[in-house]
Amino acid sequence: MSHFATIAVSILFDGLAYAMFLFITSVGLSVTMGLMGFVNLAHGAFAMCGGFFVVSLTRSLGVPFIPSLIIASVAVGAISVPFERYLYRQLYKSTDLEQVLLTIGLAFMAIATFTYFYGPIPKSVPLPDWLEGDVNLGFRAFPSYRAFLIVIGAALIAALWYAFEKTNIGAKIRAAVDNRRMAESVGINVDRLFTLTFALGSGLAALGGGLAIQLFGLTPSFAVLYLVLFLVVVAVGGLGSLKGTLLAALVIGIIDTGGKYAFPVAGNLFIYAITVIVLLIKPAGFYGRE
Amino acid sequence: MAVNKIKLNDAAAIGARANAADYLVRRHYFRWPEASPWLIAVACYFIFPDRMTFGNQVLVMVIFALSLDLILGYAGIVTLGHAAFFGIGAYVAALLSLRFGWSEPISGIILGGLLAGLVGIVVGWFMLRYRGLTLLMLTIAFAAMLQESGNLRSDITGGYDGLPGLIISPLFDTFGYDLYGHTNYIYVLVVLAIVFYFVRRIVYSPFGQALTGIRENVQRMHAIGSPVHRRLVMVYTISAAIAGVAGALFTQTNAYVTLTVFDFDNSAKVMVMLILGGTGRLYGAFLGAAVYMILEDYFSKLSPTFWQFGIGLLLVLAVLFARRGLLGLVEDAGRYLSKRKKP
Repeated sequence: MSHFATIAVSILFDGLAYAMFLFITSVGLSVTMGLMGFVNLAHGAFAMCGGFFVVSLTRSLGVPFIPSLIIASVAVGAISVPFERYLYRQLYKSTDLEQVLLTIGLAFMAIATFTYFYGPIPKSVPLPDWLEGDVNLGFRAFPSYRAFLIVIGAALIAALWYAFEKTNIGAKIRAAVDNRRMAESVGINVDRLFTLTFALGSGLAALGGGLAIQLFGLTPSFAVLYLVLFLVVVAVGGLGSLKGTLLAALVIGIIDTGGKYAFPVAGNLFIYAITVIVLLIKPAGFYGRE
Repeated sequence: MAVNKIKLNDAAAIGARANAADYLVRRHYFRWPEASPWLIAVACYFIFPDRMTFGNQVLVMVIFALSLDLILGYAGIVTLGHAAFFGIGAYVAALLSLRFGWSEPISGIILGGLLAGLVGIVVGWFMLRYRGLTLLMLTIAFAAMLQESGNLRSDITGGYDGLPGLIISPLFDTFGYDLYGHTNYIYVLVVLAIVFYFVRRIVYSPFGQALTGIRENVQRMHAIGSPVHRRLVMVYTISAAIAGVAGALFTQTNAYVTLTVFDFDNSAKVMVMLILGGTGRLYGAFLGAAVYMILEDYFSKLSPTFWQFGIGLLLVLAVLFARRGLLGLVEDAGRYLSKRKKP
């Protein structure tokens, strides 16, 4: 294989793994924003929370990595419910600004709390043997962990697509995103639906946070550091659209990986440039409703 | 029109109209309580002569918060990227001094404000067609792009290590800068007073009224034929220029600047200050910036973690219980007391 093709395949592979992380973490945010129009800047805090649960479970309690991921997601999903019920609910009719302030306040509090308990030093997790090293796909070897990310991402996309398009609850969610008042008037309990999707979205964010530890290392500031990235994916993809979030995650993941390879000093410049260009042309994102 | 239908002999209507006209005329009159922040600022000069550097930083943040109040509090533009313009002003002042050897301070802030305003016109014209999440993301992305571009050319901007050792000439070639920032305090206070006079004139002008209308009900403003987009771009430009002035003053005060001025944190911080003091009421910027900076100075010395938790809690409490900020609370208390006195 030529040198160029080798690099292209690497970029595509790493970009795909990165995109899967972005998709898993952002999809919940997209659906909840689409449903309620609620600007939730504390979403990154739920992801960070999930990551630290995984650290504690594996390091302190000796639970293996994969079960820890599942336990952390379920736990964070459950924890997010009272937040939605008692805090967020009061602000559904408020302005964007008030929602931004409340949720960013929560994010700050979460960062401080986790800094207090875990310290500001980046954490890592012990991985099972089969996730260390490389996996050989016949024509060349790839890092196992990234391959694992892509497999999980693909499985989740399939599961979410099925749930969204083929189940009764999925149909209700789509109906409520399209036209909330109409959905309510035909008897869909949008409030309960929202609590459900909120918990699911927060749980997925926690899963993303757990998966991110190996990629970026985990510090409490993860909650705000990567938040802008999740918001970019949601805004570029279009609120409440599964398809849009996936497309945005792929575009941003691959272009950013390629950009960082070609011009390492440019940092996140490519991500922001894509965001500005896409939003100026399609203000509601790829698949958002104008 | 409804107004024409009111019969002229209807005394109550005439009275109501006279009251309304009277209210509109009197609204912008100077009221005595308005003197208090200025008196306090001057008093601080004499009471805390050794804390002038800190005082300078507070005053700079007041100007920055005031610029945000104009667009957030009056026009209702929600932005998390206002640090972009602050940063432009800061770097204009720094690069003028370091790369062009132009160290005269007053022209530095004027040029900083002008360039920030110019960028504000262009960016605002593109972005202000959108609202909500799209606008929020565009403002964040714009500030982040400036920061990344600055880092890309760190040979010019000094990157995250910053540009230390800037030389600022004495004011009018006579008033030099002392170690404790006494001269600088008066300089910043005078700039603040000029900026404030300007902002106050805008807020109480018909243009300011139109902005409030856009904030309250943009559809209705469209319906009555108000040029919404043009007005938003105009106020955004003015606000960007003021933020640029604040940035330039920031550089001149610290004689040092790094790319962190473009941080998301910086945008969020100024918004928190404004919310804390109260939006859309001018003096909210004064109260919010002062309270925030003093609390930060005190608590972050004790424990930065504790301070971060505190600021988060303050935000949550402000949204849940005091949506109009500290000044809102003061107004409520005043109203409550005067009600109790009357009967």
